[in-house]
Amino acid sequence: MNYKWDWGILLQEPYFGWIWAGFGWTCAVAILAWMIALSLGSVIGVLRTIPHPLPRAIGTAYVELFRNIPLLVQLFLWYFVVPEVVPREAGMFLKRGLPMPEFWTAVVCLGFYHGARVAEQVRSGIGAIRDGQRQAALAMGLTTTQVYRYVLLPVSYRIIIPPLTSDFLGVFKNSSLALTIGVIELTARSRQIEEYTFQGFEAFAAATVLYSLVTFAVMTLMHVTERRTRIPGMISLEAK
Amino acid sequence: MFGGFDYAVLERALPLLWQGMLFTLQLTGLAICGGVFFGTLLALMRLSPFRPVSFFAASYVNFFRSLPLILVIFWFYFLVPKMLGWPIGGFYSVLIAFVMFEAAYYCEIIRAGIQSVTRAQVHAGSALGLTYGQTMRLIILPQAFRNMLPVLLTQSIIMFQDTSLVYVVGLKDFLTTADLIANRDNRPVELFIFAAVVYFVLCLIGSTSARRLQRTYAI
Repeated sequence: MNYKWDWGILLQEPYFGWIWAGFGWTCAVAILAWMIALSLGSVIGVLRTIPHPLPRAIGTAYVELFRNIPLLVQLFLWYFVVPEVVPREAGMFLKRGLPMPEFWTAVVCLGFYHGARVAEQVRSGIGAIRDGQRQAALAMGLTTTQVYRYVLLPVSYRIIIPPLTSDFLGVFKNSSLALTIGVIELTARSRQIEEYTFQGFEAFAAATVLYSLVTFAVMTLMHVTERRTRIPGMISLEAK
Repeated sequence: MFGGFDYAVLERALPLLWQGMLFTLQLTGLAICGGVFFGTLLALMRLSPFRPVSFFAASYVNFFRSLPLILVIFWFYFLVPKMLGWPIGGFYSVLIAFVMFEAAYYCEIIRAGIQSVTRAQVHAGSALGLTYGQTMRLIILPQAFRNMLPVLLTQSIIMFQDTSLVYVVGLKDFLTTADLIANRDNRPVELFIFAAVVYFVLCLIGSTSARRLQRTYAI
Protein backbone atom coordinates (compact mmCIF):
# COMPACT_ATOMS: atom_id res chain seq x y z
CA MET A 1 0.00 0.00 0.00
CA ASN A 2 1.66 3.23 -1.09
CA TYR A 3 0.25 6.33 0.45
CA LYS A 4 1.82 9.71 1.10
CA TRP A 5 0.98 10.76 4.62
CA ASP A 6 0.52 14.44 5.24
CA TRP A 7 -1.13 15.18 8.54
CA GLY A 8 -0.10 18.83 8.19
CA ILE A 9 -2.86 19.24 5.65
CA LEU A 10 -5.40 19.36 8.46
CA LEU A 11 -3.78 22.50 9.89
CA GLN A 12 -3.52 24.28 6.55
CA GLU A 13 -6.08 26.78 5.38
CA PRO A 14 -8.66 26.41 3.97
CA TYR A 15 -8.95 22.81 5.21
CA PHE A 16 -8.60 23.65 8.90
CA GLY A 17 -11.39 26.22 8.61
CA TRP A 18 -13.53 23.77 6.60
CA ILE A 19 -13.44 21.16 9.32
CA TRP A 20 -14.43 23.58 12.06
CA ALA A 21 -17.16 25.14 9.94
CA GLY A 22 -18.48 21.66 9.20
CA PHE A 23 -18.36 20.75 12.86
CA GLY A 24 -20.31 23.91 13.69
CA TRP A 25 -23.05 23.00 11.21
CA THR A 26 -23.22 19.46 12.56
CA CYS A 27 -23.71 20.80 16.09
CA ALA A 28 -26.27 23.38 14.94
CA VAL A 29 -28.39 20.80 13.09
CA ALA A 30 -28.14 18.29 15.93
CA ILE A 31 -29.00 20.68 18.76
CA LEU A 32 -31.95 22.36 17.01
CA ALA A 33 -33.31 18.99 15.84
CA TRP A 34 -32.95 17.60 19.33
CA MET A 35 -35.02 20.46 20.75
CA ILE A 36 -37.84 19.60 18.34
CA ALA A 37 -37.47 15.87 19.01
CA LEU A 38 -37.58 16.25 22.77
CA SER A 39 -40.65 18.49 22.89
CA LEU A 40 -42.57 16.65 20.17
CA GLY A 41 -41.53 13.26 21.52
CA SER A 42 -42.72 14.15 25.02
CA VAL A 43 -46.14 15.16 23.73
CA ILE A 44 -46.53 12.03 21.58
CA GLY A 45 -45.18 9.80 24.35
CA VAL A 46 -47.71 11.22 26.81
CA LEU A 47 -50.51 10.78 24.23
CA ARG A 48 -49.65 7.09 24.07
CA THR A 49 -50.15 6.64 27.81
CA ILE A 50 -53.48 8.45 28.15
CA PRO A 51 -56.30 5.98 28.90
CA HIS A 52 -58.44 7.04 25.96
CA PRO A 53 -58.40 5.33 22.54
CA LEU A 54 -58.21 8.44 20.29
CA PRO A 55 -55.01 10.10 21.61
CA ARG A 56 -53.44 6.66 21.86
CA ALA A 57 -54.25 5.93 18.24
CA ILE A 58 -52.80 9.27 17.15
CA GLY A 59 -49.62 8.63 19.12
CA THR A 60 -49.25 5.10 17.78
CA ALA A 61 -49.87 6.21 14.21
CA TYR A 62 -47.21 8.90 14.52
CA VAL A 63 -44.62 6.53 15.94
CA GLU A 64 -45.30 3.78 13.39
CA LEU A 65 -45.22 6.23 10.48
CA PHE A 66 -41.96 7.89 11.40
CA ARG A 67 -40.17 4.75 12.53
CA ASN A 68 -40.97 2.62 9.49
CA ILE A 69 -39.73 4.96 6.76
CA PRO A 70 -35.96 5.31 6.31
CA LEU A 71 -34.62 8.67 7.44
CA LEU A 72 -33.15 9.42 4.02
CA VAL A 73 -36.53 8.86 2.34
CA GLN A 74 -38.14 11.16 4.91
CA LEU A 75 -35.51 13.79 4.17
CA PHE A 76 -36.26 13.61 0.44
CA LEU A 77 -39.99 13.80 1.17
CA TRP A 78 -39.53 16.97 3.23
CA TYR A 79 -37.17 18.53 0.73
CA PHE A 80 -38.57 17.54 -2.66
CA VAL A 81 -42.18 16.52 -2.07
CA VAL A 82 -43.61 18.72 0.69
CA PRO A 83 -43.09 22.03 -1.19
CA GLU A 84 -45.00 20.54 -4.16
CA VAL A 85 -48.03 19.20 -2.31
CA VAL A 86 -48.70 22.02 0.19
CA PRO A 87 -50.80 24.99 -1.01
CA ARG A 88 -49.09 27.13 -3.62
CA GLU A 89 -48.04 30.10 -1.47
CA ALA A 90 -46.61 27.89 1.26
CA GLY A 91 -44.71 25.91 -1.38
CA MET A 92 -43.27 29.09 -2.88
CA PHE A 93 -42.18 30.19 0.58
CA LEU A 94 -40.45 26.87 1.22
CA LYS A 95 -38.67 27.01 -2.12
CA ARG A 96 -37.85 30.70 -2.42
CA GLY A 97 -38.64 32.64 0.74
CA LEU A 98 -37.04 30.52 3.42
CA PRO A 99 -33.39 31.37 4.12
CA MET A 100 -31.12 28.28 4.16
CA PRO A 101 -33.86 25.84 3.09
CA GLU A 102 -31.53 22.79 3.27
CA PHE A 103 -30.57 23.55 6.84
CA TRP A 104 -34.11 24.06 8.14
CA THR A 105 -35.43 21.06 6.22
CA ALA A 106 -32.77 18.88 7.78
CA VAL A 107 -33.54 20.23 11.26
CA VAL A 108 -37.30 19.67 10.95
CA CYS A 109 -36.89 16.23 9.38
CA LEU A 110 -34.47 15.00 12.03
CA GLY A 111 -36.63 16.50 14.76
CA PHE A 112 -39.76 14.67 13.60
CA TYR A 113 -37.91 11.41 13.00
CA HIS A 114 -36.24 11.35 16.40
CA GLY A 115 -39.42 12.61 18.01
CA ALA A 116 -40.88 9.15 17.37
CA ARG A 117 -37.93 7.56 19.14
CA VAL A 118 -38.11 9.96 22.09
CA ALA A 119 -41.84 9.25 22.32
CA GLU A 120 -41.12 5.55 22.79
CA GLN A 121 -38.63 6.31 25.58
CA VAL A 122 -41.03 8.70 27.34
CA ARG A 123 -43.77 6.12 27.10
CA SER A 124 -41.60 3.35 28.53
CA GLY A 125 -40.42 5.74 31.27
CA ILE A 126 -43.99 6.50 32.30
CA GLY A 127 -44.81 2.80 32.03
CA ALA A 128 -41.96 1.98 34.43
CA ILE A 129 -43.51 4.08 37.21
CA ARG A 130 -45.69 1.97 39.45
CA ASP A 131 -49.37 2.71 39.00
CA GLY A 132 -49.69 3.49 42.71
CA GLN A 133 -48.03 6.86 42.15
CA ARG A 134 -50.59 7.91 39.58
CA GLN A 135 -53.43 6.69 41.76
CA ALA A 136 -52.00 8.48 44.80
CA ALA A 137 -51.70 11.72 42.84
CA LEU A 138 -55.28 11.41 41.60
CA ALA A 139 -56.48 10.61 45.12
CA MET A 140 -54.85 13.83 46.32
CA GLY A 141 -57.11 15.73 43.96
CA LEU A 142 -54.63 16.54 41.18
CA THR A 143 -56.07 16.83 37.69
CA THR A 144 -54.74 14.56 34.93
CA THR A 145 -52.59 17.42 33.60
CA GLN A 146 -51.17 18.01 37.07
CA VAL A 147 -50.49 14.30 37.53
CA TYR A 148 -48.36 14.33 34.39
CA ARG A 149 -46.79 17.71 35.11
CA TYR A 150 -45.80 17.14 38.74
CA VAL A 151 -45.58 13.37 39.20
CA LEU A 152 -45.23 11.21 36.10
CA LEU A 153 -43.05 13.31 33.77
CA PRO A 154 -40.42 14.46 36.31
CA VAL A 155 -39.92 10.88 37.48
CA SER A 156 -40.00 9.51 33.94
CA TYR A 157 -37.34 11.90 32.61
CA ARG A 158 -35.02 10.93 35.42
CA ILE A 159 -35.45 7.24 34.66
CA ILE A 160 -34.88 7.58 30.92
CA ILE A 161 -31.73 9.68 30.93
CA PRO A 162 -29.55 6.82 29.56
CA PRO A 163 -31.75 5.98 26.54
CA LEU A 164 -32.34 9.67 25.88
CA THR A 165 -28.58 10.17 25.81
CA SER A 166 -28.18 7.56 23.12
CA ASP A 167 -31.07 9.14 21.22
CA PHE A 168 -29.32 12.50 21.32
CA LEU A 169 -26.16 10.85 20.02
CA GLY A 170 -28.33 9.31 17.31
CA VAL A 171 -29.46 12.79 16.24
CA PHE A 172 -25.86 13.92 16.30
CA LYS A 173 -24.76 11.06 14.04
CA ASN A 174 -27.80 11.21 11.78
CA SER A 175 -27.21 14.92 11.14
CA SER A 176 -24.65 13.63 8.63
CA LEU A 177 -27.56 12.70 6.35
CA ALA A 178 -28.11 16.41 5.81
CA LEU A 179 -25.21 16.30 3.35
CA THR A 180 -27.46 14.55 0.83
CA ILE A 181 -29.55 17.72 0.41
CA GLY A 182 -26.55 20.04 0.48
CA VAL A 183 -25.81 21.00 4.08
CA ILE A 184 -22.02 21.03 4.20
CA GLU A 185 -21.52 19.59 7.67
CA LEU A 186 -18.61 17.66 9.15
CA THR A 187 -18.86 14.45 7.09
CA ALA A 188 -19.42 16.42 3.89
CA ARG A 189 -16.40 18.60 4.66
CA SER A 190 -14.14 15.59 5.22
CA ARG A 191 -15.31 14.11 1.92
CA GLN A 192 -14.65 17.45 0.26
CA ILE A 193 -11.10 17.56 1.62
CA GLU A 194 -10.56 14.02 0.35
CA GLU A 195 -11.72 15.03 -3.11
CA TYR A 196 -9.58 18.18 -3.20
CA THR A 197 -6.36 16.78 -1.76
CA PHE A 198 -6.62 12.95 -2.05
CA GLN A 199 -5.60 12.84 1.62
CA GLY A 200 -8.56 10.67 2.58
CA PHE A 201 -7.01 9.14 5.68
CA GLU A 202 -6.29 12.46 7.32
CA ALA A 203 -9.63 14.00 6.37
CA PHE A 204 -11.78 11.07 7.52
CA ALA A 205 -9.64 10.63 10.64
CA ALA A 206 -10.28 14.24 11.64
CA ALA A 207 -14.05 13.75 11.32
CA THR A 208 -13.85 10.39 13.14
CA VAL A 209 -11.96 11.90 16.06
CA LEU A 210 -14.41 14.79 16.37
CA TYR A 211 -17.46 12.50 16.33
CA SER A 212 -15.89 10.15 18.88
CA LEU A 213 -14.86 13.00 21.16
CA VAL A 214 -18.35 14.47 21.21
CA THR A 215 -19.84 11.03 21.91
CA PHE A 216 -17.38 10.47 24.73
CA ALA A 217 -17.98 13.92 26.22
CA VAL A 218 -21.77 13.61 26.08
CA MET A 219 -21.69 10.09 27.56
CA THR A 220 -19.49 11.19 30.46
CA LEU A 221 -21.58 14.28 31.15
CA MET A 222 -24.87 12.38 31.06
CA HIS A 223 -23.47 9.57 33.20
CA VAL A 224 -22.69 12.12 35.91
CA THR A 225 -26.09 13.76 35.49
CA GLU A 226 -27.80 10.40 35.69
CA ARG A 227 -26.04 9.53 38.94
CA ARG A 228 -26.81 12.93 40.47
CA THR A 229 -30.50 12.79 39.60
CA ARG A 230 -31.08 9.10 40.22
CA ILE A 231 -34.14 8.36 42.33
CA PRO A 232 -33.16 6.18 45.28
CA GLY A 233 -34.67 2.72 45.01
CA MET A 234 -35.44 2.95 41.29
CA ILE A 235 -33.27 1.38 38.68
CA SER A 236 -32.78 3.30 35.49
CA LEU A 237 -33.67 1.85 32.10
CA GLU A 238 -30.44 0.76 30.50
CA ALA A 239 -29.39 2.44 27.26
CA LYS A 240 -30.11 0.21 24.30
CA MET B 1 -53.02 18.82 -4.37
CA PHE B 2 -52.69 15.23 -5.55
CA GLY B 3 -54.67 15.98 -8.71
CA GLY B 4 -51.58 15.70 -10.87
CA PHE B 5 -50.47 12.38 -9.41
CA ASP B 6 -49.34 10.42 -12.43
CA TYR B 7 -49.55 6.65 -11.99
CA ALA B 8 -48.24 6.00 -15.49
CA VAL B 9 -44.83 7.33 -14.43
CA LEU B 10 -44.72 4.69 -11.70
CA GLU B 11 -45.83 1.96 -14.05
CA ARG B 12 -43.01 2.73 -16.44
CA ALA B 13 -40.53 2.92 -13.56
CA LEU B 14 -41.48 -0.42 -12.01
CA PRO B 15 -38.93 -2.70 -13.77
CA LEU B 16 -36.02 -0.44 -12.78
CA LEU B 17 -37.35 -0.03 -9.25
CA TRP B 18 -37.58 -3.81 -8.94
CA GLN B 19 -33.91 -4.07 -9.91
CA GLY B 20 -33.14 -1.54 -7.20
CA MET B 21 -35.18 -3.47 -4.64
CA LEU B 22 -33.30 -6.66 -5.48
CA PHE B 23 -30.03 -4.83 -4.85
CA THR B 24 -31.34 -3.53 -1.52
CA LEU B 25 -32.53 -6.98 -0.43
CA GLN B 26 -29.28 -8.62 -1.47
CA LEU B 27 -27.19 -6.07 0.42
CA THR B 28 -29.45 -6.36 3.48
CA GLY B 29 -29.36 -10.17 3.48
CA LEU B 30 -25.59 -10.44 3.14
CA ALA B 31 -25.00 -7.69 5.70
CA ILE B 32 -27.30 -9.41 8.22
CA CYS B 33 -25.44 -12.72 7.84
CA GLY B 34 -22.04 -11.05 8.18
CA GLY B 35 -23.19 -8.76 10.97
CA VAL B 36 -24.70 -11.55 13.08
CA PHE B 37 -21.65 -13.77 12.56
CA PHE B 38 -19.11 -11.12 13.59
CA GLY B 39 -21.51 -9.77 16.21
CA THR B 40 -21.62 -13.20 17.90
CA LEU B 41 -17.83 -13.43 17.84
CA LEU B 42 -17.54 -9.94 19.32
CA ALA B 43 -20.13 -10.73 22.00
CA LEU B 44 -18.25 -13.87 23.04
CA MET B 45 -15.04 -11.83 23.10
CA ARG B 46 -16.71 -9.15 25.20
CA LEU B 47 -17.84 -11.71 27.74
CA SER B 48 -14.43 -13.38 27.80
CA PRO B 49 -12.77 -13.49 31.23
CA PHE B 50 -9.47 -12.66 29.51
CA ARG B 51 -9.13 -8.89 29.97
CA PRO B 52 -7.31 -7.76 26.77
CA VAL B 53 -9.81 -9.66 24.60
CA SER B 54 -12.90 -8.18 26.26
CA PHE B 55 -11.27 -4.75 26.25
CA PHE B 56 -10.60 -4.98 22.52
CA ALA B 57 -14.18 -6.02 21.76
CA ALA B 58 -15.62 -3.28 23.98
CA SER B 59 -13.46 -0.62 22.31
CA TYR B 60 -14.46 -1.83 18.86
CA VAL B 61 -18.14 -1.66 19.72
CA ASN B 62 -17.97 1.75 21.40
CA PHE B 63 -15.86 3.17 18.59
CA PHE B 64 -18.19 2.09 15.78
CA ARG B 65 -21.27 3.10 17.72
CA SER B 66 -19.95 6.64 18.03
CA LEU B 67 -19.65 7.14 14.26
CA PRO B 68 -22.29 8.06 11.66
CA LEU B 69 -22.88 5.27 9.14
CA ILE B 70 -22.26 7.65 6.23
CA LEU B 71 -18.77 8.37 7.51
CA VAL B 72 -18.10 4.63 7.86
CA ILE B 73 -19.32 4.09 4.29
CA PHE B 74 -16.98 6.83 3.05
CA TRP B 75 -14.10 5.31 5.03
CA PHE B 76 -14.47 1.85 3.53
CA TYR B 77 -15.32 3.09 0.06
CA PHE B 78 -12.03 4.94 0.14
CA LEU B 79 -9.98 2.55 2.23
CA VAL B 80 -10.74 -0.96 0.96
CA PRO B 81 -9.42 -0.49 -2.59
CA LYS B 82 -6.33 1.28 -1.16
CA MET B 83 -5.58 -1.55 1.25
CA LEU B 84 -6.12 -4.33 -1.25
CA GLY B 85 -4.33 -2.42 -3.97
CA TRP B 86 -7.00 -3.11 -6.58
CA PRO B 87 -10.58 -1.91 -7.01
CA ILE B 88 -13.25 -4.40 -5.89
CA GLY B 89 -16.30 -2.36 -6.86
CA GLY B 90 -18.66 -0.29 -4.80
CA PHE B 91 -20.87 -3.17 -3.74
CA TYR B 92 -18.20 -5.08 -1.83
CA SER B 93 -16.73 -1.96 -0.23
CA VAL B 94 -20.15 -0.96 1.04
CA LEU B 95 -20.95 -4.52 2.12
CA ILE B 96 -17.77 -4.63 4.23
CA ALA B 97 -18.68 -1.25 5.73
CA PHE B 98 -22.16 -2.51 6.67
CA VAL B 99 -20.86 -5.76 8.17
CA MET B 100 -18.22 -3.99 10.28
CA PHE B 101 -20.68 -1.31 11.38
CA GLU B 102 -23.65 -3.55 12.14
CA ALA B 103 -21.49 -6.12 13.94
CA ALA B 104 -21.04 -3.53 16.70
CA TYR B 105 -24.82 -3.18 17.09
CA TYR B 106 -25.52 -6.92 16.83
CA CYS B 107 -22.79 -7.56 19.41
CA GLU B 108 -24.66 -5.56 22.05
CA ILE B 109 -27.93 -7.38 21.31
CA ILE B 110 -26.30 -10.81 21.39
CA ARG B 111 -24.39 -9.99 24.56
CA ALA B 112 -27.63 -8.96 26.27
CA GLY B 113 -29.21 -12.19 25.00
CA ILE B 114 -26.42 -14.33 26.41
CA GLN B 115 -26.60 -12.50 29.72
CA SER B 116 -30.35 -13.07 29.85
CA VAL B 117 -29.68 -16.78 30.38
CA THR B 118 -29.10 -17.30 34.08
CA ARG B 119 -25.65 -18.04 35.37
CA ALA B 120 -26.94 -21.16 37.12
CA GLN B 121 -27.23 -22.80 33.71
CA VAL B 122 -23.52 -22.26 33.07
CA HIS B 123 -22.77 -23.85 36.45
CA ALA B 124 -25.14 -26.72 35.70
CA GLY B 125 -23.38 -27.25 32.38
CA SER B 126 -19.97 -27.36 34.04
CA ALA B 127 -21.32 -29.66 36.75
CA LEU B 128 -22.42 -32.08 34.02
CA GLY B 129 -18.85 -32.12 32.76
CA LEU B 130 -19.36 -30.05 29.61
CA THR B 131 -16.51 -27.85 28.42
CA TYR B 132 -16.97 -24.06 28.09
CA GLY B 133 -17.44 -24.40 24.33
CA GLN B 134 -20.03 -27.16 24.72
CA THR B 135 -21.93 -25.21 27.38
CA MET B 136 -22.08 -22.17 25.11
CA ARG B 137 -23.01 -24.08 21.98
CA LEU B 138 -25.48 -26.58 23.43
CA ILE B 139 -27.07 -24.71 26.34
CA ILE B 140 -26.54 -20.96 26.38
CA LEU B 141 -26.58 -19.85 22.73
CA PRO B 142 -29.77 -21.71 21.69
CA GLN B 143 -31.70 -20.10 24.55
CA ALA B 144 -30.02 -16.74 24.02
CA PHE B 145 -30.89 -16.64 20.32
CA ARG B 146 -34.48 -17.51 21.12
CA ASN B 147 -34.68 -14.65 23.62
CA MET B 148 -33.12 -12.08 21.35
CA LEU B 149 -34.82 -13.05 18.09
CA PRO B 150 -37.33 -10.16 18.23
CA VAL B 151 -34.60 -7.58 18.92
CA LEU B 152 -32.42 -9.08 16.17
CA LEU B 153 -35.32 -8.73 13.77
CA THR B 154 -35.88 -5.11 14.83
CA GLN B 155 -32.21 -4.34 14.28
CA SER B 156 -32.38 -6.01 10.86
CA ILE B 157 -35.31 -3.77 9.92
CA ILE B 158 -33.24 -0.75 10.95
CA MET B 159 -30.46 -2.07 8.76
CA PHE B 160 -32.82 -2.59 5.85
CA GLN B 161 -33.67 1.11 6.19
CA ASP B 162 -30.01 2.03 6.58
CA THR B 163 -29.06 0.41 3.26
CA SER B 164 -30.71 3.44 1.62
CA LEU B 165 -27.57 5.35 2.68
CA VAL B 166 -25.59 3.75 -0.16
CA TYR B 167 -27.13 6.68 -2.02
CA VAL B 168 -24.10 8.73 -0.90
CA VAL B 169 -21.75 6.65 -3.02
CA GLY B 170 -24.18 6.32 -5.90
CA LEU B 171 -24.92 2.58 -5.81
CA LYS B 172 -28.24 1.78 -7.46
CA ASP B 173 -30.36 0.53 -4.58
CA PHE B 174 -34.12 1.07 -4.36
CA LEU B 175 -33.97 4.68 -3.18
CA THR B 176 -31.17 5.74 -5.52
CA THR B 177 -33.06 4.25 -8.45
CA ALA B 178 -36.18 6.15 -7.41
CA ASP B 179 -34.10 9.31 -7.17
CA LEU B 180 -32.56 8.79 -10.62
CA ILE B 181 -35.95 8.23 -12.21
CA ALA B 182 -37.39 11.21 -10.32
CA ASN B 183 -34.69 13.40 -11.84
CA ARG B 184 -34.99 11.87 -15.31
CA ASP B 185 -38.76 12.24 -15.55
CA ASN B 186 -38.95 15.26 -13.24
CA ARG B 187 -41.59 13.51 -11.11
CA PRO B 188 -40.17 13.63 -7.56
CA VAL B 189 -43.61 13.60 -5.89
CA GLU B 190 -44.72 10.28 -7.39
CA LEU B 191 -41.40 8.51 -7.05
CA PHE B 192 -40.53 9.50 -3.49
CA ILE B 193 -44.04 8.90 -2.18
CA PHE B 194 -44.01 5.48 -3.83
CA ALA B 195 -40.60 4.71 -2.30
CA ALA B 196 -41.85 5.81 1.12
CA VAL B 197 -44.97 3.63 0.85
CA VAL B 198 -42.96 0.57 -0.18
CA TYR B 199 -40.46 1.00 2.66
CA PHE B 200 -43.28 1.68 5.10
CA VAL B 201 -45.26 -1.43 4.21
CA LEU B 202 -42.20 -3.71 4.31
CA CYS B 203 -40.93 -2.30 7.61
CA LEU B 204 -44.38 -2.37 9.19
CA ILE B 205 -44.74 -6.05 8.31
CA GLY B 206 -41.31 -6.63 9.81
CA SER B 207 -41.92 -4.74 13.04
CA THR B 208 -45.37 -6.29 13.53
CA SER B 209 -43.92 -9.77 13.19
CA ALA B 210 -41.11 -8.81 15.59
CA ARG B 211 -43.75 -7.93 18.19
CA ARG B 212 -45.63 -11.16 17.53
CA LEU B 213 -42.39 -13.15 17.92
CA GLN B 214 -41.78 -11.43 21.23
CA ARG B 215 -45.18 -12.53 22.53
CA THR B 216 -45.10 -16.11 21.35
CA TYR B 217 -41.50 -17.18 21.08
CA ALA B 218 -39.53 -15.66 23.96
CA ILE B 219 -38.79 -17.94 26.88
